[in-house]
Amino acid sequence: MKKISIYLVSMIFALGLSACKKTTPENVITIGEVGAMTGPTATFGISTHNGIMLAIEEINEAGGVKGKKLNLISLDDQGKPDEAAMVTTKLITQDKVVAILGEVASSVSLAMAPIAQQYKVPMITPSSTNPDVTKKGDHIFRVCFIDPFQGSVMAKFAHETLKAKSVAILRDIKNDYSMGLSNFFVDKFNSLGGKIAVEQSYSAGDIDFKSQLTSIRAKKPDAIYVPGYYTDVGLIARQARELGITVPLMGGDGWDSPKLKEIGGTAVNGSYFSNHYSAENQDPKVQEFLAKYKAKYGSTPDALAAMGYDAARVLAEAMERAPSLASNDLRDAIAATKDFSGVTGNITIDQDRNAVKAAVVLKVTDDGFKYQSTVNP
Amino acid sequence: MTEFIQHLINGLSIGSIYALIALGYTMVFGVLKLINFAHGDIYMLGAFYGYFISRFFSLGENPSLFSLLLALTLTMATCAFTGYLIETFAYKPLRKAPRINALITSVGISLFLEFTGQLVFGSDPKFFPQIFAISGEWAIGDLKFNPLQITVFIISLTLMAILQFVIFKTRLGRAMRAVSFNHDLASLMGIPTNRIISFTFMLGSALAGAGGVLVGLVYPKIEPLMGVMPGLKAFVAAVLGGIGNVTGAVVGALSLGLAEEFVVGYLAPSFRDALAFTILILVLLFKPTGLFGTKTTEKV
Repeated sequence: MKKISIYLVSMIFALGLSACKKTTPENVITIGEVGAMTGPTATFGISTHNGIMLAIEEINEAGGVKGKKLNLISLDDQGKPDEAAMVTTKLITQDKVVAILGEVASSVSLAMAPIAQQYKVPMITPSSTNPDVTKKGDHIFRVCFIDPFQGSVMAKFAHETLKAKSVAILRDIKNDYSMGLSNFFVDKFNSLGGKIAVEQSYSAGDIDFKSQLTSIRAKKPDAIYVPGYYTDVGLIARQARELGITVPLMGGDGWDSPKLKEIGGTAVNGSYFSNHYSAENQDPKVQEFLAKYKAKYGSTPDALAAMGYDAARVLAEAMERAPSLASNDLRDAIAATKDFSGVTGNITIDQDRNAVKAAVVLKVTDDGFKYQSTVNP
Repeated sequence: MTEFIQHLINGLSIGSIYALIALGYTMVFGVLKLINFAHGDIYMLGAFYGYFISRFFSLGENPSLFSLLLALTLTMATCAFTGYLIETFAYKPLRKAPRINALITSVGISLFLEFTGQLVFGSDPKFFPQIFAISGEWAIGDLKFNPLQITVFIISLTLMAILQFVIFKTRLGRAMRAVSFNHDLASLMGIPTNRIISFTFMLGSALAGAGGVLVGLVYPKIEPLMGVMPGLKAFVAAVLGGIGNVTGAVVGALSLGLAEEFVVGYLAPSFRDALAFTILILVLLFKPTGLFGTKTTEKV
């Protein structure tokens, strides 16, 4: 008898719970976020989330979108593509989100995009730069530049500013972002008349890079292009300096994390990487964002925080313009985004659903990342 | 030529770390005929214990040989204790069960440690404090020695020498060898087999913990899944040397370290992980007893 009553109570409880879930208030718009809150790329996810939260709070304080408040459901994917695919499905089928923001890492976004496309839920990735991400379907957008541009920025920088004649490549073979970026770098650098001294690779998570670096050292390159993520780059820089390699290292936006300096120490000083924005930009828009971010989180926002902020605001602005929040209406509104004035520059979505924007080159120094130059598309 | 010698140095230094882990595999196999797959994760715990101990005593602020030895000793002690707990609670109850049960349990313990590690330590990589530093660099011409690497190499060799002494020159070592030769016979001779097995576990775990600290020192990025690959590699090294054989484990580990280094340096870096498992398959196919293993005939 007791058993039956426990069973009944738990049934009622379960029913009650599911009933709660179904009655989402009508005056709220739910959007989803997928990001790496833990795992090897955790600082990417956390920064992006902070940026998005800041944007959403601002929008809600100013009255929300179409008179409704925005509600963000944020799920952790640990930086794993399969995990991201799972939580994306959950966001769409269970939480009924109208749009999805995420991810940072291209490999992860590539796993999410087909799912968003299948359910026709618009997805905006703040900072996945691999070109293939938005090719997954007409509901996938991004607010950042793409790797062909980012790769050519660094190739130009190596050729013109560093006056490098030969460059060695060290790339992460398990990472779509790193592989793509180095290919575009090689194409551009060759067409500028430079020479690729040697191409070496590693797998994310390796801790010993000395054998690759020893082979690279033998070719005496003028610079080394390492378009990987900050966790590996810190160790690579250390070991390169230990082997007596003094030439600058170069990389992409995957370097942008405070952990780069923490793991790499002084070894990463004097290296350069391409990025979406610089906190040193004196534009009032950037300075205002900086001040608000610092007040809320107590730290200087990195580019990923700025990208998250812009992605959320582009989405909110498109929602305001869209005749309804139904998938195709919202999709068309995002696609029509033109000259949106964001923290990371003016954002115009082109016919391939990518943003056309300028990139900056930053130098790693003892007091942080210093602005070097801006390269326009 | 310099490139070749540089590869040689790199290979030996990574091989000496594999050796520290491989020794634990081989000793536990020696006394229990059990492949303890959780061993790689003890190595990971060693790195994290070292991390917390160094932070607790702020060893990172005053790097010295003393700081290193302090962190090393405390980590080895805590790891030995962890090994003792694992043996007592997970393996001892299975002593009389079929061997496969203990093997599967070890896989379970391994996953348990990895995911508890992610939960407790967080899965983002941590920076291991620099508790020992030698200024300047040692170089002969173009040959660069990382002083840390040499220190690590010397410490590993010392630990291996101490282990050799314990196994072959002490009463405890004699008891270990007796248990490894025949359990039942050893207990008939009045050897407390259970205590000896626990001790072997503790010794192996302490070595793995030392490996964790030394790796943290040279490659200062530690995370809860860092033990998976080195654990498997050390297992391959132990099999290559002849599992159960202490000298074999060291030789196997150094050979594996060198082989990996040369494959990455002269062939393709992506073959690094494939190489270890190719060696494993070849050894199992052609010389299952490994380089130093002795052939035993199963008694019927």
